[in-house]
Amino acid sequence: MSAGTMLAKAFVRRGFHTIASNEYPSLIRGGHNVITVGVGSQPFHSLYRTVDILVALNKETIQAHKKELHPGSYVVFDPKDQSLQTSDFPVSVQLISLSLSDIVKTLQADVIMRNTIALGATIALLGSDLSILTDVINSQFEKKGKGVIDENIRVAKAGYDEIKKTYSFLQEYYLENPKQIEEMYVMNASEAVGIGALDGGMKFAAIYPMTPINALISLFADHKKDLGISYIQPEDEIAGVNMAIGASIAGVRSMVATSGGGYSLMVEGISLSGITEVPLVIDLGMRPGPATGMPTWTEQGELLFAIFSGHGEFARIILAPGDVAESYLLTKLAFDLSQAYQIPVFILTDKYLNENQWCVAKSIFVSPKVPQDGKRIAKDAVLTDFKRYDLSPTDGISPRSLPGMKDGLFISNSYEHDEKGFTTEDSTMRINMEDKRARKVNTIISHFPMPSIYGESESQITFVSFGSTKGPILEAVKLLQEKGITAKLIHFSWIYPMNGNKVKELLKNEKRLIDVEGNGTGQFAKLIMQETGIDIQEKLLKYDGRQWYPEEIVERIRNLDA
Amino acid sequence: MKLDETRNIDQFNTGILPTWCPGCGNFGIWMALKNALTKLAIPNHDTVIVYGVGCHGNMRDWMHVYGIEGLHGRAIPIAQGIKMANSGLTVIAVTGDGDCIGEGGNHFLHAAKRNPNITVIIHDNQVYGLTTGQASPTAQKKLETKSTPEGVVESPFSPLSLALVAGGTFVSRGFAGDIPYLTEVLGKAIHHKGFSVVDVLQPCVTFDKIHTYEWYKKRIYTVNPSGTKKEALEVSMEWGDKIPLGVLYEEQKETSEDIESVTTLPLIDSPLGIPKRDGLLRMFI
Repeated sequence: MSAGTMLAKAFVRRGFHTIASNEYPSLIRGGHNVITVGVGSQPFHSLYRTVDILVALNKETIQAHKKELHPGSYVVFDPKDQSLQTSDFPVSVQLISLSLSDIVKTLQADVIMRNTIALGATIALLGSDLSILTDVINSQFEKKGKGVIDENIRVAKAGYDEIKKTYSFLQEYYLENPKQIEEMYVMNASEAVGIGALDGGMKFAAIYPMTPINALISLFADHKKDLGISYIQPEDEIAGVNMAIGASIAGVRSMVATSGGGYSLMVEGISLSGITEVPLVIDLGMRPGPATGMPTWTEQGELLFAIFSGHGEFARIILAPGDVAESYLLTKLAFDLSQAYQIPVFILTDKYLNENQWCVAKSIFVSPKVPQDGKRIAKDAVLTDFKRYDLSPTDGISPRSLPGMKDGLFISNSYEHDEKGFTTEDSTMRINMEDKRARKVNTIISHFPMPSIYGESESQITFVSFGSTKGPILEAVKLLQEKGITAKLIHFSWIYPMNGNKVKELLKNEKRLIDVEGNGTGQFAKLIMQETGIDIQEKLLKYDGRQWYPEEIVERIRNLDA
Repeated sequence: MKLDETRNIDQFNTGILPTWCPGCGNFGIWMALKNALTKLAIPNHDTVIVYGVGCHGNMRDWMHVYGIEGLHGRAIPIAQGIKMANSGLTVIAVTGDGDCIGEGGNHFLHAAKRNPNITVIIHDNQVYGLTTGQASPTAQKKLETKSTPEGVVESPFSPLSLALVAGGTFVSRGFAGDIPYLTEVLGKAIHHKGFSVVDVLQPCVTFDKIHTYEWYKKRIYTVNPSGTKKEALEVSMEWGDKIPLGVLYEEQKETSEDIESVTTLPLIDSPLGIPKRDGLLRMFI
């Protein structure tokens, strides 16, 4: 567990809201690693660009993050690393000299414990009691024994005491206790996807390692015996998607997870699940491309790729959670949707959601519904002249048998096929079978859930976005309110197929639409244009691999003061 | 299903007539496969055959079992997924030399390493028949084909050597022109618990005028399983005047389903929902 997660858990256990982010280059050790933790007494949805307390474990940190400080920020640094004056900074900051290396020496502790000293010091600067941290240390190192626990507490206390002794006059960032305490978990979106999959009845996952979905692999691999699931590490993504399709044909809910590069390899398999009408769930964790791009950073660049991927024309559903709660709920839903419609269903996540630690209400996870099997024929049903690809259902969904059923034989055929799955090149049958599959799209559209609307109904600005940009925009709405500007967010987590008419009705009367996306070409705006005919002129696009910050959104809106 | 029904070979016919070229080696393989399943009394509804794409794959329309026509090269991963989900099914991958060793070579190697309890039948005719006769990875040196008009310049792969080196636990070869013997080998392969490979020498009567039934008949001889993998590897590399048929190597090893098995029931029969859910969620406090 990283120091950021420990800090987040420490505060969440006392009812605070937290977000912890972890930014790192694609290296195992070394390079510049940054952990950012936000703590609040009230709920908040995104980290801010400005930093209140900067804790530098080396010289480089000061240089790299100087510009994120504001007047009054604290800068904790080790005088053994460098000597610093307030004049070294563009704004007036409060310098806090904390000799981590001296404390390590005095305590005769391991150098790596500098992190833990810094954690103790941070707790003190926030005006909290050390017990908030020692609670987490106790449970975190339970398996490693009392020795490890005591050592961590001893070291954390040294950092805490040092601040209390020398800097107790600094109370600017003392936290107010939360008024309402809700029980919460701390997890990343990959873990939420994993719990959603499990509650959605998933029993088989074939996942080749790739950033940013590796936390999902760990969740499944570490606990598969307890969970009664099978997780296989395939030789490549092509094998993974085909294994998952095989398991699904046999009747087991299955999934794959990957990023853009791995998904490129899976694309042919998605087309296979399209023509064979096999349920499949794909967690596509986006990161900057093309090719290897920036593997450990974030982007929303695969939206149109996911929608249009795969040769041939076939139905699919694209979901894009806006936060960790939606990651859980939509993944669970994805399994039922894929069973109901017998199609591939995508969960579009990204590095930002998947690798940040978010607090999320426990109540989201209570009493999961029993997964729904859709039109699956009962094991002991008596069948005569069974047609797996029966053309007659008006919703396009034919009842499904499973291998092993006595009279349910069929061919799951990658070639165009007739109602039993036999290969055909007949013109009429081709049209009928394409039409049957296409009818599913209309069925799905008729159930299209409308986007969520956050904010006042009458507003000067209406943000439009999908997926993980939700949090930063919600915070930007707050910042705009402080400036006296009314704003709201229309956020899509159910992306495709879209009910274009309904969305058009929703958007057409808005005063000023602003599209906010984490890519360079405005992919979601293009989709809105395609589905509704509405061309959103104002686009805020970001594609530097970093997440959106609320301040940045506000700064980039044109003519705000006009 | 009563015994007499399971012993009825006709259960494996769909009524659709094969479209293979007259005299194609695929007829012999199809016949032998139906014989072997009948002798083993495995009913058609408990059998899943996953086909690759190629002439061999056309079998899906006349073989009455649960059939899956996958993508070119990807039959083996699908077969593993099926077996992992429902270990009670008999799962066979019917592939070709191009499908299994060319496009799907990596899957073949890794499946052998994993040892799932599935059988892979390679219709090995040295050419891509469906695309009208280009060289496959098992094409012998100097063979003139549509893609190698001056003859194949590379040395061929031996599917048997690859299977042995990668960890296959049943490695064998049959000949499409000897149905009784091929039936025997296929029966043993399907019965074997683990990853079994049957490389079937299959004359392509349309695109390969060299490797005919007569050409093979003059050269084939049968072998018994070798005592060691090293000896089997030597036998697997024999080609030319003498070409070995039979089970070259067999060993008993834990299958991937044995290792992965998380419940006493096949995954398909295990109840939905997570056991020990509360324990899992405690991680996040």
